Amino acid sequence: MPVANIQVSETPMVLYTLRRADDALILGHRLSEWCGHAPMLEEDMALSNIALDLIGQARELYTYAAAVEGKDNDEDKLAYLRDVRQYRNLLLVEQPNGDFAQTLVRQFFYSAFADLYWRAMMTSRDATLAAIAAKSEKESAYHLRHASEWIIRLGDGTDESHVRAQTAIDHLWAFTGEMFAVDDGECALIHAGIAIDPGTLRGRWLTTLSDVISEATLELPQNDWMQQGGRAGRHSEHLGHLLSELQSMQRTFPGLTW
Amino acid sequence: MVTVLEHDSELRQRAWDAAASVVDPEIPVLTIADLGVLRDVVFDGDHVEVAITPTYSGCPAMNMIALEIEVALERAGFHRPKVRTVLSPAWTTDWMSEEGRQKLRAYGIVPPQAASSRRALFGGQAVACPQCGSDKTELLSEFGSTSCKALWRCKACREPFDYFKCH
Repeated sequence: MPVANIQVSETPMVLYTLRRADDALILGHRLSEWCGHAPMLEEDMALSNIALDLIGQARELYTYAAAVEGKDNDEDKLAYLRDVRQYRNLLLVEQPNGDFAQTLVRQFFYSAFADLYWRAMMTSRDATLAAIAAKSEKESAYHLRHASEWIIRLGDGTDESHVRAQTAIDHLWAFTGEMFAVDDGECALIHAGIAIDPGTLRGRWLTTLSDVISEATLELPQNDWMQQGGRAGRHSEHLGHLLSELQSMQRTFPGLTW
Repeated sequence: MVTVLEHDSELRQRAWDAAASVVDPEIPVLTIADLGVLRDVVFDGDHVEVAITPTYSGCPAMNMIALEIEVALERAGFHRPKVRTVLSPAWTTDWMSEEGRQKLRAYGIVPPQAASSRRALFGGQAVACPQCGSDKTELLSEFGSTSCKALWRCKACREPFDYFKCH
């Protein structure tokens, strides 16, 4: 018998926390798909380690979202019993792993943002979000360094790796604009000092990108058309497939525990 | 009154010592007190409550550590203990005790070096080989066998080794 989706009362604060939790969970899950498949053992461990960090961050954020909502939900229900349209993650993080270059470019775009974002969120007036930020910013610094080194190695590597890295950059670029978008609910949280305005991070984010990408002998796209929708629950086809795997055990055996 | 207070502080010390005996399942030479993971022990009525903090958000050892704290306290005569996870202030390798650093080194893992900057996007940090002491070493991967370690190799004796990352 199918398990019903939970209902979530999406107040601005719940929604804000859920969006960040979903980013971390979906990207963590994507990276975990490399476990046992990465091109070398060290990289297998690196991607799995980063996945662990992200899923750990997601757990803290889901737990907090459930506490703020104050209903019957918890971290597991939020992760396992919401359908595609209830997920609020960035389109960027749900994009398939593709080849190794595409995985690392996705990671680089996200980590360059997350590193700035969590550092800024350490001053949030919300004590729990500030505490989660203080933990996450330490981890994101490693994630960014790891991805940056790979972008340079791939871009400034062989002709083949260069082409693949540039193709990935061009392909994923349109999904980066969503990181800097805010809606009315988030504006209110920004004014209250609970959230930070991501638009203020864009300049420094671009500087990090330019520095690494030029050292990698690659180019940033000039195209500024950006796709959006993830924050509002409008996703690419890929997320449904991802969730069907992520949620299969809880959907098949409701309430299953270890 | 004085005797009650003395009794309380002695009781707290006993509970602390029991909790502090729990070791990190992934680095069994270090106790959670050496690591700085053990933050506080308080009494809530008759029950003892232990506060721990995760090293990394996704550290899979935390559940096991919580379980073992409960077992250690039950064995020490504290019934139905509780373990609480605190996030703030965020754990840092600066909290690792000097004794813990020595134990790590003796175990073959290079302890975290305060001087190394995790903020530097690129650039060198010198980590001496725990086997032969040579500083001719190289980083193989930022991510090692557990969240908290990086994988290095000594160019002099060719031995790979773990470095406990500065965090």
